Amino acid sequence: MSDDAEDDIILSELPDDELVQQMFDDLYDGLKEEIEEGVNILLERGWEPYRILTEALVGGMTIVGNDFRDGILFVPEVLLAANAMKGGMAILKPLLAETGAPRVGKMVIGTVKGDIHDIGKNLVSMMMEGAGFEVVDLGINNAADSYLDALAAEDADILGMSALLTTTMPYMKVVIDALVEKGIRDDYTVLVGGAPLNEEFGKAIGADAYCRDAAVAVETAKAFMARKHNQMAAG
Amino acid sequence: MPDALTSLLRDRDWLLADGATGTILFNMGLMSGDAPELWNESEPDKVRALYQGSVDAGSDLFLTNTFGGNAARLKLHDAGHRAGELSRMGAEIGREIADASGRKIVVAGSMGPTGEIMAPMGPLTHEGAVEIFHQQAEGLKAGGADVLWVETISAPEELKAAAEAAALARMPWCVTMSFDTAGRTMMGTTSEAMSRLVAKLPTPPLAYGANCGVGSSDLVRTVMGFSGDTPVIAKGNAGIPKYHDGHIHYDGTPDLMADYAVLARDAGATIIGGCCGTTPEHLAKMREALETTPRGPKPDLALVAEKLGGFSSESDGTDGRGPSRDRPRSRRRARA
Repeated sequence: MSDDAEDDIILSELPDDELVQQMFDDLYDGLKEEIEEGVNILLERGWEPYRILTEALVGGMTIVGNDFRDGILFVPEVLLAANAMKGGMAILKPLLAETGAPRVGKMVIGTVKGDIHDIGKNLVSMMMEGAGFEVVDLGINNAADSYLDALAAEDADILGMSALLTTTMPYMKVVIDALVEKGIRDDYTVLVGGAPLNEEFGKAIGADAYCRDAAVAVETAKAFMARKHNQMAAG
Repeated sequence: MPDALTSLLRDRDWLLADGATGTILFNMGLMSGDAPELWNESEPDKVRALYQGSVDAGSDLFLTNTFGGNAARLKLHDAGHRAGELSRMGAEIGREIADASGRKIVVAGSMGPTGEIMAPMGPLTHEGAVEIFHQQAEGLKAGGADVLWVETISAPEELKAAAEAAALARMPWCVTMSFDTAGRTMMGTTSEAMSRLVAKLPTPPLAYGANCGVGSSDLVRTVMGFSGDTPVIAKGNAGIPKYHDGHIHYDGTPDLMADYAVLARDAGATIIGGCCGTTPEHLAKMREALETTPRGPKPDLALVAEKLGGFSSESDGTDGRGPSRDRPRSRRRARA
């Protein structure tokens, strides 16, 4: 590209609001180094880590998530964006822990037994982290026990399960049945997702919600956490 | 002598492929999460029954029970090292059923995706993918498959790797992608883009097209987006999965799939079958419809929606009406 006006953006010279807008664009374009630079500039300017996370990174990933939901962006672009966000998060994570940023919620997530596909799950993990959740990623091919063990060990709020194959999606029911059997089903919000699933399937197997993509997963998780907090406040 | 599929394509102007593999095996007792390919060894009679069901319903071609029979997938079941062997067994059983049928039936060696994301976005290199596919291809060839059948692919890179593997194995091949995300593959590939991609391959497939995805109407729309002279494959799901009493059930009836088969042919498909949820009962109706219904004009989207139900997204990205984001160009940064 030879458009000079476009190439000559100097992040450190932009005022805060324009810098944040530029970071939205850079996240959208998956520019990891630029995001890292943006985060460092905002830190130097005295921004709280939590404010950078929510206003710059989460704000930018929301746009990415919406365009993914709407069929404007597809998996490769979202992976690049999430990778750029990860770069920013790596800088912020230790600082967030030090400054005691508010806890949004904790999710245990994994692809069910027999299913190797982890693209959808990875997107959800990254978008959830982008939204400020703590995410414990169990990876692929999880048996019911590995979910149950992690939920207990991590004191998690949310269980996320993903399946990309019609041959593995019924296994989600096996996991939910195991929770019911142990009498702990209501301790967790159970979200399910994956290409072959639909809302009716989610309901039929006893999940709290089916999330058709990563952006919806984040919105749904936030809604359930808000409900939980309200209940706790009321009770 | 030409391969079995090429010769069938010469004799006939449409072929009926098979239906679901997973759905049928579940009905025979396969447990969710278990590898269907292990049954090629431990439950060969059930795999025979799976193939025989398609043959008896009138399929001209059926896929082997080897969709997940590659090292990347089988390693979940501690059987990664057995990819070639389990694929060979799946093809051998297929050969046996096809040869005993008394008519020309093509044994298509199913090769599903690796499940890994390819470089640079993910860990799987081109060479790695070629090796995984090649290993499976050799197994299928040794078992007597007539053609390799690469299916449910999302990434163009993975398709190219499979093409290379087929060439290494010196086997004719076919390929279908799954268009399940707003009319495109998960990776954003449109039907149009797939036609271009296939046309540029150094070793082109005998036929290409779409399988799985979302419902039968979306699949016919995808078929309408293909172009070129290579025969087109349509293998759509029998509706949408629903959960009933511990079973997955697809809501597409045999009559709906019969309508789908005729529409897919009118839309330009030559090899027509089903995917998830498609049972021999569906296939028999599809065969009957293809035999008794005269060819019609190319359908428009309104007719497809009327007969098969609405689409999952307004646009499939081929009509210039797909959603897009307008960004002020001044803020856009160009990458060297």
